[in-house]
Amino acid sequence: MSAKYRILLPVLSLAVLLAAVFYLQPRTMSYFGLNLLFNLAVPIALATIAQMMIIMVNDIDLSIGTFISFVACVTATFLYDAPLLGGAILFAAILVYAAMGALIHIRQLPAIVVTLGMSFVWAGLAVLLLPSPGGAAPGWIRTLMTTKPPLVPMAVVACVLIAAVTHILIMRSATGTLLRAVGGNAQAVARAGWSVMKLKAGAYALAGFFGVLSGICLVGLTTSADANIALRYTLLSIAGVILGGGEFTGGRISPVGAVIGALTLSLAGSFLSFMRLSPDWQIGAQGAILILVLAVRLVFNRSGSKWKEAKNG
Amino acid sequence: MQPVTQAGGSPPAGPLVALTDVHMAFGAVRALDGVSLTISPGECIGLIGHNGAGKSTAVNVINGGLTPTGGSVEYTLPNGGTGRGAAVARSCGVRSVFQELSLCPNLTVEETIRVPHRDLGGFGWRKTARKRISSALDRVFPGHGIDPGATVGDLTLAERQMVEIATGFAEGSIAARLVILDEPTSSLDSAVAKQLLDHVRAFCAAGGAVVFISHMLGEVFDVATRIDVMKDGKVIVSGAASEFTQQGLIDAMGHVAGLKAKAATSTGRGSHIGEEVLTTPDGLSARRGEIVGLAGLAGHGQAEALARFFMSRSAGLRHTRNPEVTFVAGDRGRDGVMALWSILQNLTLTTLPKLLRGGLVDRKAEVVLADDWRKKIGIRTDNMNNPILSLSGGNQQKVLFARSLASSAPIVVMDDPMRGVDVGTKQEAYEMIRQEAEAGRTFLWYSTETDEVIQCDRVFVFRNGQISAELTGTDISEENILAASFEMHEAAS
Amino acid sequence: MDNPIISTFVRLPQRPWFWAFLASGLTFFATFALTQGSGNGALLSAALTFASFSAIVGIGQMFVITMGPGNVDLSIPATMTLAGTLSLKYMGGETSMILPGLLIALLVGFGAGAFNYALIRLLRIPPIIATLSASFLYQSLAIWSNRGLRIKPPQALADFTTGSVLGIPNMTVVGILVAVVGWILLERTIFGRWLSAVGQNRRAARLSGVPVEAVNAVTFIGCAVLASLTGYLLASFSGGAALNMGAEYLLISIAVVVIGGSSIAGGNSNVPGIWGGALLMFLVVSMLNSYGFGAGVRLIMTGTIIIAIVAAASGRKASA
Repeated sequence: MSAKYRILLPVLSLAVLLAAVFYLQPRTMSYFGLNLLFNLAVPIALATIAQMMIIMVNDIDLSIGTFISFVACVTATFLYDAPLLGGAILFAAILVYAAMGALIHIRQLPAIVVTLGMSFVWAGLAVLLLPSPGGAAPGWIRTLMTTKPPLVPMAVVACVLIAAVTHILIMRSATGTLLRAVGGNAQAVARAGWSVMKLKAGAYALAGFFGVLSGICLVGLTTSADANIALRYTLLSIAGVILGGGEFTGGRISPVGAVIGALTLSLAGSFLSFMRLSPDWQIGAQGAILILVLAVRLVFNRSGSKWKEAKNG
Repeated sequence: MQPVTQAGGSPPAGPLVALTDVHMAFGAVRALDGVSLTISPGECIGLIGHNGAGKSTAVNVINGGLTPTGGSVEYTLPNGGTGRGAAVARSCGVRSVFQELSLCPNLTVEETIRVPHRDLGGFGWRKTARKRISSALDRVFPGHGIDPGATVGDLTLAERQMVEIATGFAEGSIAARLVILDEPTSSLDSAVAKQLLDHVRAFCAAGGAVVFISHMLGEVFDVATRIDVMKDGKVIVSGAASEFTQQGLIDAMGHVAGLKAKAATSTGRGSHIGEEVLTTPDGLSARRGEIVGLAGLAGHGQAEALARFFMSRSAGLRHTRNPEVTFVAGDRGRDGVMALWSILQNLTLTTLPKLLRGGLVDRKAEVVLADDWRKKIGIRTDNMNNPILSLSGGNQQKVLFARSLASSAPIVVMDDPMRGVDVGTKQEAYEMIRQEAEAGRTFLWYSTETDEVIQCDRVFVFRNGQISAELTGTDISEENILAASFEMHEAAS
Repeated sequence: MDNPIISTFVRLPQRPWFWAFLASGLTFFATFALTQGSGNGALLSAALTFASFSAIVGIGQMFVITMGPGNVDLSIPATMTLAGTLSLKYMGGETSMILPGLLIALLVGFGAGAFNYALIRLLRIPPIIATLSASFLYQSLAIWSNRGLRIKPPQALADFTTGSVLGIPNMTVVGILVAVVGWILLERTIFGRWLSAVGQNRRAARLSGVPVEAVNAVTFIGCAVLASLTGYLLASFSGGAALNMGAEYLLISIAVVVIGGSSIAGGNSNVPGIWGGALLMFLVVSMLNSYGFGAGVRLIMTGTIIIAIVAAASGRKASA
């Protein structure tokens, strides 16, 4: 019951926001308009999926924004100049993520602090790579991101694809189930003879993998990078997972919801500019929308859970 | 549907598991002190002993989860070979169903079997998983009504325990040959518990082996072919179940206080009961000095009714100094114990607002209060500053009793507080509750054990979240309670 | 006679705050060795001053983190900025307005904390998300009220925040006062006991009669008030409020709590460790500066050191 509720609200909030945007600016109801609205949604969706992998195992990643910035810098420099070396660096970065997951588990460290520390490391590396904005996007990713498929824009196609792939990977596959089990009851998983350390490292590696994809796609859209390009993504990705119906603990997540959450957030930006808000208030309004959606979610959840509340206090 | 005979077509000669002089020490604590025991196909071993006797450690040694610090544990594989260690135990078909729930609340019933069944995977694994869990549920608990697609967290406690037990008996790439059941019936009502006992008997008759741990001696007698009594990390008595009597077992466990003592004290009660002090929208009511029991099948809304009542009478700051009602938790880990704290801090938590001096906590008064209660309630420790987790479960429960009773609250709510508590501690607690009631306190007592409920002055029987009967005086009997719990079931079906 | 003394020393490494202070000391001497003692007093004084800002926000964050997993105040930087901006604007450089300005800053903190708590309570959302979304609002408010102007603090206030008494910076005195009050609150009052109970097991605390919601509210308000006090002092110290003045304090506030030996799992907090962690954070950066490292390396080293300390500290807990 609760699992089915989880997806309903994100879908509704996206629909309401989309309707509001269409109402304010009917011209967006077109191939070109949609492309404009969801232009930056792909990297945000990938970042949200990355964050979801970490939240799935009851941790939180405060470094994902700086990590994606770092990936963007690598993409715009090494991957452009020397694709092999660039690829190797990005692969190593995924391994670092896996190692981080293993370290957090072995030493029972608080993920908040370790990832916060790692955010400094990624930021430092990014600054070393690109002290000032620059670089260039590899041609293939630029081509991929600017493809114009028939009927629906690339951004929408890519988001559907991301949602489908991660849904199969996390919600349907046997391995994904095991990963979610780690979030639900790690002790039981360990007792059945699984290595929780390996599973956690796996979840982190997946986060690193999707973070890398996010960074590459971002450069494909912006054509250049700088060390601070994706700092906002840390907060956006957390917000996206939550908007998508995910919970902070217990492995209760939804990949489809997370992608929808990311779409909602990227749409919020466009919505604000259509409202002709003073730039002073843009950030605040983003916060207000987040609060609003959460308030609606509360009203939704209330209907079904009176009984549980009495029990859980 | 598979018959239960999967437990080995040609049972190997000799024991499935053999423990030889096993020692297990955690630091200075010797949990097992020379345990030797063998488990052979077809046997159902009733393992009993009070809290801290070493049963749980023994279980974890048998299933390979713990490597003993001395002695050996040897498994006989289906092919006749032998080996040691957790991996061998798994491939030998040793399965454990634990007292504390080990399911993942975020997964569905069919998904949850993926964790213990390591072979599940690849395309279509879900279908296999669904088949395994449904057929096991159907076999063990016919008419269970659990949807394999339901999320575990949405199930009731009893349903979760049923899923857990079914997982233990489910078929898999390695057939279950030895299933260890640690307090499997703690959350089950008697009808469902009986289904389990029937299945255990059938499983053993077909050549499987079961280790059955329970505080309910009746159940142990019902299924066990052999009974091993543990005390202080040793098996002190072992023999065929027919050689024992209930009284004999209780004596062997080291508690002289028998079951009969209870009946004697239930006479002459009622004279101290005063005016009505509470009524709830659910229909519960109680008078001053009364012990009101909440009975019925497990998970039928008793705990929820208590929680609702407690919450409605304890919200807000004004209740902290003079609480109207206090709560004694039965699920100690979830509802009661502050794991980082000392025994003392745990005990004084509710009373703290009365122990202030100049805005600060008066630590001398705190020590005096705690020491008072240590003597009064018999908490077995030499230092109240020891961590709470250094105590056995029964003694932790005593601390939770003291936490509530030390306050001035006229009403005490108890949510199945004797869960997993040894017989001796229970007797002490019964005595204390009676004394407090005579002194004018009102108790609302939910219990899953009928012999506790029949000691109450008044009993409300619950069914499907509602009160189905109110019993008083001589009407309070096991038969009437069972009748009230079941009567409506039949009417509804 | 010397037995208790020896045992005190032997037990010292078991104190949660011991390692933070040890590491601070080592870092200080590493810097000292490089600079051959020149500017050493200045370094110590700067360390004590900047550490006190970190310590004050850190104590607030510690109160919040003690309430258990998921409890973190992410609005600290925005609250600091908003309090600094509004109070400096209100004072307008007038010495007579110093106290009213302080009052304004504290009111901002109270309001922010109350709003954070209201979101958590009314929307039943995790504190991380509540404080995150609220911080967007505070940030917008600060941008709107600041309008790119940089208003100077009253001279007397600027002198106070940068001055010192008997060689001890005034800010350090304030920081230590806050720490002492925080320590008494946590270790000796019923509030501290309740806070720890909530952090260990919220449900059990509620069932034992602890006023969980009141504890929640006081904690979030207290944290925001400390953040606003820091904002007020820091803005006066640095000659005006800047919109990014709070940014680095998010990481610092969390890092000092953990480095100081408080448990991020909740229920267990430690005030002296906050000061140890705060000193360490500043000294590490200044050590790297004096070794002539660029921004990139400095960031990498800072991050690595934080992780290393946390990894080492947790191993110590496991073995104890």
